[in-house]
Amino acid sequence: MALTKTILLVEDNPNDELMIKVALKDNKINYDVVVAHDGVEALDYLFRTGPYKERDKDIMPQLILLDINIPKISGLEVLRKIRENTPTRFIPVIILTASKEEKDLMYAYKLGANSFLEKSVDFKVFYESVKQMGIYWLGYNATP
Amino acid sequence: MSKNKIIFLIEDNPDDELLTIQALNDNNIINEVIVAHDGVEALDYLFGSGKYKDRDINITPQVILLDLKLPKIDGLEVLKRIRTNALTKLLPVVILTSSTEEQDLIKGYSLGANSYIRKPVDFEQFTQAIKQLGLYWLVLNELPYSNKI
Repeated sequence: MALTKTILLVEDNPNDELMIKVALKDNKINYDVVVAHDGVEALDYLFRTGPYKERDKDIMPQLILLDINIPKISGLEVLRKIRENTPTRFIPVIILTASKEEKDLMYAYKLGANSFLEKSVDFKVFYESVKQMGIYWLGYNATP
Repeated sequence: MSKNKIIFLIEDNPDDELLTIQALNDNNIINEVIVAHDGVEALDYLFGSGKYKDRDINITPQVILLDLKLPKIDGLEVLKRIRTNALTKLLPVVILTSSTEEQDLIKGYSLGANSYIRKPVDFEQFTQAIKQLGLYWLVLNELPYSNKI
């Protein structure tokens, strides 16, 4: 594994993207945050296709933050592909979404999401949950 | 924090059990902690058999903290049974172990563990890890209300 520490953020909402980046940075979580704005871009990045076909194959994200309602390919479909493929199957995937739909929750866990967080509309609450999420998954959780 | 979110701790080492409960209490995590001391007791609790045969098995824990090296049935086998039973298949399982073996890590995730925490040897660090773990899984993480799809 290369030295670069990366988080893949799959998020189509620019406000949420900014908030998440700020919350991570403020809490000294100094990872490169790669942003994919739809499902196709997320898979292109992970599996080195399309605009990412030249990217360094040794760099894989330590954490994937995945929105469900994203354009082109849905978050749940992206999750399925992550879990089906060897290079990505053990990367922690945290679903970060505004809709706490019961069906989404169940399918996310069934497809192998590690955790499911609701984006709060309250800025402070959302900021705090991103902070705690970063501390837990990057500071304490172990991966192969 | 909701009081009726149960933490299910599967741990055979009494020192670690005490430390874990102490660390949760010290951090105002006052949720009920149910402890099973071996794999058989763990499955009895989850599936309502043995001494737990009269328990309402629809009351499921918010998070399961699972040690790997357990008497009678080991932790990975317990995890396998959790993931193959409709009642428990979607419950968050955090492996909490002193094992440093890469194989345990790989097998744990392959069998569907949500997270894997190596128990820090240092007391302060252990307490801190339990605090973060408690906050994360009891306050932040969302679970489905039912297991039926």
